[in-house]
Amino acid sequence: MSDQVAYFFQDLGQYLINGIAQGSIYALVALGYTMVYGIIRLINFAHGEFYMVGAFVGLFLIQAHLPFIIALPCAMLGSGLLAVTVERLVYRPIRKAGKIQALITALGVSLLLQYLGQNLLGADPRPFPDALENKTYMMGPLMISKIQLIIIVTTVILMGALRYLVMYTKIGKAMRATSYNLEAAELMGIDTNKIISFTFFVGAALAGAAGVLVGMYYNTVEPMMGMIPGLKAFVAAVLGGIGVIPGAVLGGLVLGVAENLVIGFWVSTYRDAIAFAILIIILLIRPAGLLGRNTREKV
Amino acid sequence: MNTQSTSTPILELKNLNVHYGAIHALHGLNLKAYKGEIVTLLGSNGAGKSTTLRTISGLLHPSKGEVLFHGNPIHHLSAHEVVKLGISQAPEGRLIFPDLTVFENLEMGAFLSPDKALFKKNYEYMISLFPRLKERSKQLAGTLSGGEQQMVAMARAYMANPELLLLDEPSMGIAPILVKAIFDAIVQINKQGTTILLVEQNAFQSLKIAHRAYVLATGDIVMEGDAEKLLNNPEIQKAYLGH
Repeated sequence: MSDQVAYFFQDLGQYLINGIAQGSIYALVALGYTMVYGIIRLINFAHGEFYMVGAFVGLFLIQAHLPFIIALPCAMLGSGLLAVTVERLVYRPIRKAGKIQALITALGVSLLLQYLGQNLLGADPRPFPDALENKTYMMGPLMISKIQLIIIVTTVILMGALRYLVMYTKIGKAMRATSYNLEAAELMGIDTNKIISFTFFVGAALAGAAGVLVGMYYNTVEPMMGMIPGLKAFVAAVLGGIGVIPGAVLGGLVLGVAENLVIGFWVSTYRDAIAFAILIIILLIRPAGLLGRNTREKV
Repeated sequence: MNTQSTSTPILELKNLNVHYGAIHALHGLNLKAYKGEIVTLLGSNGAGKSTTLRTISGLLHPSKGEVLFHGNPIHHLSAHEVVKLGISQAPEGRLIFPDLTVFENLEMGAFLSPDKALFKKNYEYMISLFPRLKERSKQLAGTLSGGEQQMVAMARAYMANPELLLLDEPSMGIAPILVKAIFDAIVQINKQGTTILLVEQNAFQSLKIAHRAYVLATGDIVMEGDAEKLLNNPEIQKAYLGH
């Protein structure tokens, strides 16, 4: 009996580790959703594609034998620049057209990038080289892989950097000001178009980092890879309270851990269903999300 | 101020027409403000007072007519570019940033001026006018009372070091004791050389501190003149002062 209890806790610990690694990825992607929503109230459904592009940039650079430490920032830059371009060419012209119009447009951009990706890169999944010589460490009875460790460490570093940016720098304060009220920010002399561009850049760069990490974690990259993680990160952002930055982190971790507990203790095929079931339940109980405020929706 | 008629006004609105979609909000409004003046723009709700300020600030663009600053047209500029020229606004409803501290709100006001010495000078001046802001400098602005928030809004606008300060209903929804403090501060700021365009429903208070006044009704100026004269005008007294 006590053996069974010990096994249970060992399993639980293992699923928690896996869940935190998975959840870190969701959190990185969810941050972009939440930041963009916070600043222009747009659910950017193309956000998963920024993650996919980051994974491909990372893949090509690592195939070219560049080290991870260089491939990662380059992939972030690639995703960021794509996002800035999409914002400038697509979202900015339709910003005043209405929410539904913007949402449909975002879906369009998402599909465009997915199929453009298939057209240019082929639909077949590509293996991701094992650039880091993955191995597994034992922590007592629990295992953590080198990649899981890198995922968690990278996520913590990026989140620390993001927090510093948003809370303490001038541009971060301008982002918060713009997010509260665009016109009030303009009255301060803030060029809100630049702030919006910058927000897209930062959000997509985080997604790009997640893309590289996932490529290494699952050893595979393909043009449609952004779709489901994109949706799940959206769930994570809503779960935490969309527009609230710590909410995205919390939502991502909760989702990642919940999924891994389902996989471990129940059936792995239910993991996606669980993600969306959690979304529905949270929205019924706390419509504003875990850390969300009662919305002051702008009319 | 006898030189007024010959010098170029710091601000001139010429035949200003503004539309909100199909609604014609301003019908050919004309207004001038000269350097060093307090000009007040009076009128009831919906007369177009805020629309006028929003157009000067570049948040709205006129369908016809001009906004001239030192004689140069500025109505094609975006709001953040207008601030750069030296026009800042404490907007209707205050719109302070609730999740930023009082100090950070003032930092945002000085967003375009990297000059630290100037920031310090303007900050010291504002906390001398509004000592409460110093006590509350590290507090989130959203936790302040309405009157204190208005002080933040005014100080924040002043931090841009404007030549022309636009104030949209600074007395709205504020305890009477603070209204006096706010109007005193307006006079003080003006004495330092900042030109002020004050939009108000509180006609009595504004006419008392203003040099000149305009009365706006349904998108057009219906009366203008020296503030003192308007204060004694029976029509104004009847319509706006409750006599």
